[in-house]
Amino acid sequence: MKQRLLIIGGGMAGVKLVEELVATCPAHFAITLVGEEARPGYNRVLLSALLARDVSEADIRLKDASWYAAQGVTLITGDAVTSVDVTAQTAVVASGRKLTFDRVVFATGSSPIRLPLPGSDLPGVIAFRDLEDVSALERAAADGQRIAVIGGGLLGIEAAYGLAKRGADVSLIHVMDSLMERQLDGPAAAILKRAIERKGVKVLLAKSSRAITGGAKVEALEFNDGTALACDMVVFAVGIRPNMALAKAAGVAVNRGIVVDDALQAAYRGVYALGECAEHQGHVYGLVEPAYQQAKVLAAHLAGAPAAYGGTLLATNLKVSGVPVFSAGDFMGGEGTEAIVASDPRQGFYKKLVLKGGALVGVVLIGDADDALWYLDLMRRGVDVTALRRSLVFGPAYVPAAVLAALAA
Amino acid sequence: MNALVAPLTTVKTTCPYCGVGCGVLATPRVDGGLDIAGDPDHPANFGRLCVKGAALGETVSLEGRLLEPLIHGVPTTWNRALSHVASGFVDTLRTHGPQSIAFYLSGQLLTEDYYVANKLMKGFLGSANVDTNSRLCMASSVAGHRRAFGSDTVPNTYADLDSADMIVLTGSNAAWCHPVLYQRMQAARERRGTFIVNIDPRRTATSEGCDLQLSLQPGTDTVLFAWLFAEVARRGVIDPGYLARHTTGFAEVLANAQSIAPTPARVAELTGLSEADIEIFVNRWVATPRVVTCYSQGVNQSAQGTDKVAMILNCHLATARIGKQGSGPFSLTGQPNAMGGREVGGLANMLAAHMGFSGSDIDRVRRFWGAPYMADREGLKAVDMFDAIGRGEIKALWVMCTNPAVSLPKADHVRAALKKLDLLVVSEALASTDTTPGAHVLLPAATWAEKDGTVTNSERRISRQRAVLELPGMAKPDWWIVSEVAKRMGFEEAFSYPDAASIYREHAALSAFENHGSRDFDIGATATISNTAFDAMQPFQWPHAKGDTPQERFFADGHFFTPDGKARLHTVAPPALRVTTSEAWPLLLNTGRVRDQWHTMTRTGRAPKLGRHIPRPFIEMHPEDAARFGCVEGGYAVVTSAHGEATLLVAITPGQQRGMVFAPIHWNDASSGRARIGALVQDSVDPYSGQPEMKATPVRVVPITMASEGFLISRKRLDLPSWLSHARVAVEGGEGVLFASPRAPAEVAALLANFLPDQGDRAVLNDATVGVHRSIIYGEGGQLAAVLFVGDHHDEEAFGWMVEHFAAATLDRDTRRRLLAGRAASGVNLGPVVCSCFGIKRATILEAIRGGTDTVDAVGAQLKAGTNCGSCRPEIKGLIGKALA
Repeated sequence: MKQRLLIIGGGMAGVKLVEELVATCPAHFAITLVGEEARPGYNRVLLSALLARDVSEADIRLKDASWYAAQGVTLITGDAVTSVDVTAQTAVVASGRKLTFDRVVFATGSSPIRLPLPGSDLPGVIAFRDLEDVSALERAAADGQRIAVIGGGLLGIEAAYGLAKRGADVSLIHVMDSLMERQLDGPAAAILKRAIERKGVKVLLAKSSRAITGGAKVEALEFNDGTALACDMVVFAVGIRPNMALAKAAGVAVNRGIVVDDALQAAYRGVYALGECAEHQGHVYGLVEPAYQQAKVLAAHLAGAPAAYGGTLLATNLKVSGVPVFSAGDFMGGEGTEAIVASDPRQGFYKKLVLKGGALVGVVLIGDADDALWYLDLMRRGVDVTALRRSLVFGPAYVPAAVLAALAA
Repeated sequence: MNALVAPLTTVKTTCPYCGVGCGVLATPRVDGGLDIAGDPDHPANFGRLCVKGAALGETVSLEGRLLEPLIHGVPTTWNRALSHVASGFVDTLRTHGPQSIAFYLSGQLLTEDYYVANKLMKGFLGSANVDTNSRLCMASSVAGHRRAFGSDTVPNTYADLDSADMIVLTGSNAAWCHPVLYQRMQAARERRGTFIVNIDPRRTATSEGCDLQLSLQPGTDTVLFAWLFAEVARRGVIDPGYLARHTTGFAEVLANAQSIAPTPARVAELTGLSEADIEIFVNRWVATPRVVTCYSQGVNQSAQGTDKVAMILNCHLATARIGKQGSGPFSLTGQPNAMGGREVGGLANMLAAHMGFSGSDIDRVRRFWGAPYMADREGLKAVDMFDAIGRGEIKALWVMCTNPAVSLPKADHVRAALKKLDLLVVSEALASTDTTPGAHVLLPAATWAEKDGTVTNSERRISRQRAVLELPGMAKPDWWIVSEVAKRMGFEEAFSYPDAASIYREHAALSAFENHGSRDFDIGATATISNTAFDAMQPFQWPHAKGDTPQERFFADGHFFTPDGKARLHTVAPPALRVTTSEAWPLLLNTGRVRDQWHTMTRTGRAPKLGRHIPRPFIEMHPEDAARFGCVEGGYAVVTSAHGEATLLVAITPGQQRGMVFAPIHWNDASSGRARIGALVQDSVDPYSGQPEMKATPVRVVPITMASEGFLISRKRLDLPSWLSHARVAVEGGEGVLFASPRAPAEVAALLANFLPDQGDRAVLNDATVGVHRSIIYGEGGQLAAVLFVGDHHDEEAFGWMVEHFAAATLDRDTRRRLLAGRAASGVNLGPVVCSCFGIKRATILEAIRGGTDTVDAVGAQLKAGTNCGSCRPEIKGLIGKALA
């Protein structure tokens, strides 16, 4: 008889795990996937593209409902798990239904952080996290509203870009003096800022928000430096917080996230976590790639095969406002490192490679990220790149075939 | 932009480079440039041009031209400038006498320019201090001819190269220096099996097309020819009748030759040749009546150059192999009008029209010119002239159309001497050369394609140079400038020439004046030529006396121009270099030309096509010498003589003789930094010709580590610091600079960044650890404005790649994205350009050869390489040899 596997969370991590399980061990488990949102899982990374109308809603759906059925997966949508009893191996959903399981996986993801500013409860203050948010933003853009996006990280930039593309009057507010400061160095961030500005986004750096003011709805955003920005809507894109309350309530050990080992198993046998809600070796990842890697490892583990997750070398590989952006590793450099920098700021090209002891340890690419995965591979494998150093910054197309072959070996 | 004389009308003119004197068809383009083709009707080249001639159209831009007269650097009117020069020379003459003034002229002046300058100095200012850069080029041949023939006569014609069974090239890299003639020899070799011997201490491109290479020790040519003379006598190949009737000195020369070259073993020992090779040479020469011996700078530029010429002439005179079809000695001149200069007497030891300083000659010329103040003795030859300037004895000098601060031996000494002059006048086409700094007066001279007049090539053929472009700015022909100065000195009547034709008529008339066959040079038949006929003049050979048809050859009839009509066989001094190596100066520096440059590069340096073949000045060394002195291929070395130093790229080749190194003469301070080879060259001169020994200066070579190498490309010429070893190279749309420095790349990059334009978008690449620093600056329209690449080695491929993109009007984003790479993705380095005409690179040719294309013609059929000017055919042949070896 099949074991019962309950996956809590119908987002990208949960759906990926289903896919991996179906591919690895279709006969092992009777899977139940519970998603809080009304619609089946979709590609959250593409929400900004959806906002920008670069893609349609159908395009971002991960799997059709019929697919789940075809795989024998019980899909529950629009219903949230409200409690889990790991000892009794049961869970209860909001609608009151009780689910039983042999094993349970937390794929609960994360929630956007809302800054505790005065006025943050005014109508017109939203986050940018799900399809509902996209709808709200679309309406605002269509009304020609003035929108302030707080947060100069990836999410905020993407939201601002999408809104600008829809014709909104958008200002992007960032507390640091450089966009995406955790992924980009100064010159790269400057190129990105110009690219965003060219799309029509007003970028305000080093602006610490103090309060959102207004009567019936948002009227302005005030800053600590005494200035204010008149606006009709405020979007928080200042970060995410792992959704671990459910696990914590179930008595599963949590720290910054649900603590898991290399098999993605929590500190309770038969209980697992992956994706943005999981903490592995002190890291809580906020990106899709680690979640996918974890899904692969976890599927193997559940199938009984030896598998271990060793952590993911953090890499950002995205198009931000249509500009390819890639960063990975120790791109700031520092003691004992060497940098190779190529830039053509006016054209929006910037490449920085950081080397240490003959190996590539950090990369930033703006404008041209065609070779990003090649660099990432070199970094992950710790290859000694001394022999191709003079070609390295130009990419594999400039490396003699023989050298490339030797690298692959 | 140049203005057109006659829009889009093809004009027949003559090439301004070497002494072959090829006919050129020049057709103006609407963009101010010229389309160039060989003149199929010209007997010197029958339509063929070498790569330099073919690229003439790339050399006529007005960039860098001197377009107005300057006094002390301040623009002025012609009237003021001319008066200043006239009064300056007259005042100097009055105060210090005729020995205190001098003209230094050029084998690139037209005959008419030359004639007027020579006439003014020798007939009206009473001084024979008129010398010319031909002193560095032809003087030993002139002296040798005059000693043997009583006249400066080249007995044979180019057609003899077609009909010879043997051609001996001695001291001549004709493949690179006279490419069109060399191709003619090669055609004869292919057609009739002409046996070609190349006598040269080093293997050159010329060696590729020869049947016997004789790499002898420097300065020992005369040993070989003395042995040849002795053997000719011993084997009975002499012509006793001719010797007896038409020559003197045979017995003395035979004894002289036998003492210099007593035995084959001794000859082999002195020359460094094998006895077997010597025997092949002598056997062939003895057995081949139709033999032409061609000689150039390797013979002339020697402290024993006149004797070298003498022994060659002795061999030809003794066998009466002279002035006959396919048979004779043949001096190949290096300049377009060295011969014309000799004809007007533009040398300090000639008077005019092949007359010397005998009382009767002086009197005859005085009467012809109506001259008030004739020079009565020979003047100072070039090296002595500049020594006299250095000593302060010559106080006023007028330099026309030449660049002595580069080309004379001990060029630093020359430069210092020029500073001592009270009056330095320079007539120049360019605003800035190595000679112009310190000039008190700069006069804007017309140059090739703007000038009208005549030139004479190596086979005595007079051809017209015709104007095809308008005179730019205030530029004037040299004859006009000199005449106007003469008028302001009070010689109105004798110098009122309305045009070049009127000067030519006077020159022709003087050649015939009281001649009656007593002098070889007589073109009296053209002394009354109309202006219209002058304009239409076809190339013709002199002599062309009134009533006679032009004469093709001299001396087969045994008539010479000595007082008794007999040729003089001349004994020679024992061959020995004037200055030899020592512990301090262990190597001998040989000098010469490269294929695609000419002289001091003031013209060829402007042509992008010509900059690709050999863009950097170099020193060639034998592998053993390189090892001995620690030099490596592609590295740099400081080459020092007792007189100066240069920093040059090291090129290692077994074709170079042990103990000798070779460097090209072209690069100078205007075209490079630290590469002016004239500064090193010693000034020992030939006792008869005054020609300096430019091919054997003792030097030492010390490697220098260049931490940085790289290049700059810019739209405008950049003034670069003098500490930087560099070479400029014309590129399409701008100028490239290849540089090297012992300083670290980061430092060099930082220093040179100051020379880049500060406007424009900037793309940069820095990898400080390995010393890679690159900057690309884009102009308004997205085209390249400047490029700076600094690294730890010379990146030829990147330079070529960037030059290619520099020519583009605009660059798309994708190209721009990859441009800092300096090469195409997965690109293969194709090596240097071999065929400049079609831009075919070495690797492409090698690939074709390896693919079975194993003849020069087949390579041409497949790649077009070598099918235009043919200058690269010897190199292609060399590549085939190497690839198949």
